Amino acid sequence: MAKINMVTSLNTALHDIMASDDTVLVMGEDVGVNGGVFRVTDGLYEKFGRKRVLDTPIAESAILGAAIGMAMAGLKPVVEMQFSGFSYLMMHQLEGNASRMRTRSRGQFTVPLVVRMPYGGGVRALEHHSESKEVYWAHTPGVKVVIPSSPANAGPLLTAAIQDPDPVVFMEPKRSYRSFKETVDKEKNTFAIGKAHVKETGKDITIISWGAMMRDTIKAVEAVKSKTGFQPEIIDLLTISPMDVDTIVASVKKTGRCVVVQEAQQSFGPASEIIAVINDQALMYLEAPVRRVTMYDVVMPLFAREQLYMPKVSDIDQAITETLNF
Amino acid sequence: MPLKTIDDFSIKQLHILDENGKVDPDLEPDLSEDDLKKLFQAMTLSRMADARMLNLQRQGRLGTIPVNKGQEAAFCAPILALKETDWFVGSYRELGARLMRGETLENSLLLFNGWEEGSVNENNDRTLPISIVLASQLPHAVGLAYASRYKEEKDTVVLAMFGDGATSEGDFHEALNFAAVLNAPVIFLCQNNQYAISTPLKIQTKSRTIAQKAIAYGIPGIQVDGNDALSVYQAVKEAVDRARADEGPTLIEAVTFRMLMHTTADDPTRYRSDDEVTAWEAKDPLVRFKAYLMKKGIWDEDLQKQLEKDCKAQIDAAVQAFESREPFAPDVPFDHVFGTKEDVIEAQRARFLARLGKEKEHGQN
Repeated sequence: MAKINMVTSLNTALHDIMASDDTVLVMGEDVGVNGGVFRVTDGLYEKFGRKRVLDTPIAESAILGAAIGMAMAGLKPVVEMQFSGFSYLMMHQLEGNASRMRTRSRGQFTVPLVVRMPYGGGVRALEHHSESKEVYWAHTPGVKVVIPSSPANAGPLLTAAIQDPDPVVFMEPKRSYRSFKETVDKEKNTFAIGKAHVKETGKDITIISWGAMMRDTIKAVEAVKSKTGFQPEIIDLLTISPMDVDTIVASVKKTGRCVVVQEAQQSFGPASEIIAVINDQALMYLEAPVRRVTMYDVVMPLFAREQLYMPKVSDIDQAITETLNF
Repeated sequence: MPLKTIDDFSIKQLHILDENGKVDPDLEPDLSEDDLKKLFQAMTLSRMADARMLNLQRQGRLGTIPVNKGQEAAFCAPILALKETDWFVGSYRELGARLMRGETLENSLLLFNGWEEGSVNENNDRTLPISIVLASQLPHAVGLAYASRYKEEKDTVVLAMFGDGATSEGDFHEALNFAAVLNAPVIFLCQNNQYAISTPLKIQTKSRTIAQKAIAYGIPGIQVDGNDALSVYQAVKEAVDRARADEGPTLIEAVTFRMLMHTTADDPTRYRSDDEVTAWEAKDPLVRFKAYLMKKGIWDEDLQKQLEKDCKAQIDAAVQAFESREPFAPDVPFDHVFGTKEDVIEAQRARFLARLGKEKEHGQN
């Protein structure tokens, strides 16, 4: 099997599912002729035509609102928000309608759609192009939030998101789009919505992350391992909401120590929720306080300073070391 | 009862200078020689600065930038109709307009190299920073305009700029409607450059013009040749005069063309032909304005050479100042989260600075 990057993994998943399911369609700004600004939808327009690959006017609220209508009528729209920073214009459609329609109609109407959006920093971009605001969506009941971390899980999770019966916000870590390649085994897909992935099993400490921070987390783990020979258990969260509480709790009960690494600002983020879950179900097993490594609570700085503010490998290394030595 | 027509609408189009710089004498605006030269100088500086920035970006000396070439008449001429005390509410593709509003070129270089410090216009506090999320600045223009009347500034108007893509956003429609209902002194100037990244106007809107969108909101709308600085100036001037006289907002569509890429991260060969671009080269706003000035006898090749030399010197100086500048303090982002000092933020600042100090000690920075 050839190694591919995350963009190709996502693109292949879209090609495959559109070929096998004619209720799936793609819409968004520049997704057709241009193939998307990151080329995730490349080739779809040529292959499936303008009926199934819609270049839309620039109107995020209408993009999602129309997708909600299509979904209620039995289609499976996969919409692209060009950057997560532009997605807030559709928030009222997501919060006010997509997330609630199943509840409002007691299941008569459902909204099986996917909102893809590149997110995250580290690509030297302009304002609104570097944030990690997964918590906005995760705080909304009725919306699932999925964040792949690598080519191997990106395509399979996108397929699962499209097949899911509910609205899924699918956040793509753009820093990881083309930064590394992996093989993607379509036959042996073990990735599912709502399931975290235990990347490495160990007994000394649980380390949880997601998205682009996974790579930095693994680098930090390798650095500490080479110094101390500890055995970490590494969890790639993959689904932010609904969270895979069982996997987190089982791991922390075993290791007694935990570090959570999130790219987003510190306060009120997914790390806070993970720590609350541990507090609820595994507090008595803890040997050390759970540490979180995060961005600071400032507006995401433009790129001259962004590297100073985003969590670094050395921060993760330090948090792991201190938690192990507590 | 038979159907009856209860209202009729039409949209006018204004052309003053043709592509060869020949002016329609009946429509020629009343501008002084100094103003005409000032406008041409601003357009030329914008063109040359834009080219230099593109060059710097390609050399890795600047981050991603939006590119302005071809739209100089559309964004520079309106500024000539403004007073310094009027508000300018822009988007991100109006470099020359910002320079005319007192912003330094060094600022643009800073901003597009990732320093928020480049957003601060120290020479004019009625120019808002660039706005990236399309049309989101337009309701602000309405609020600024309303506030000026609220504060009994009877003379202030607001000029808001945006592109054709922005007219699909709800904020555009909501702002026009708000401005109309509040009779707010706003001039909405759309730079219709035919493309929103890859999306051509014909799939952005089914309307024949953007100007006609004004009709739905009960305000005047006019289309002008956006590559003709005189047409743009004249339409804006009339709209400014009406706004100053509390006769309400206006929508102006300046028809122009984005000659290059959306930003340096874009590849326009994927979605448009060279022929289309070449056809617009013949309509270059600088070429025809220069021809007009020469026909008027107030410009010649010596003045042109001198102007280009001056612009180059100004750009060189800005690049030099930008590249030799000391970095700003790393912890400035903590200064501006809130207007109040908050313990949560200050504790994080202390942690941030301690970490930086430690990294310096270990030679990691």
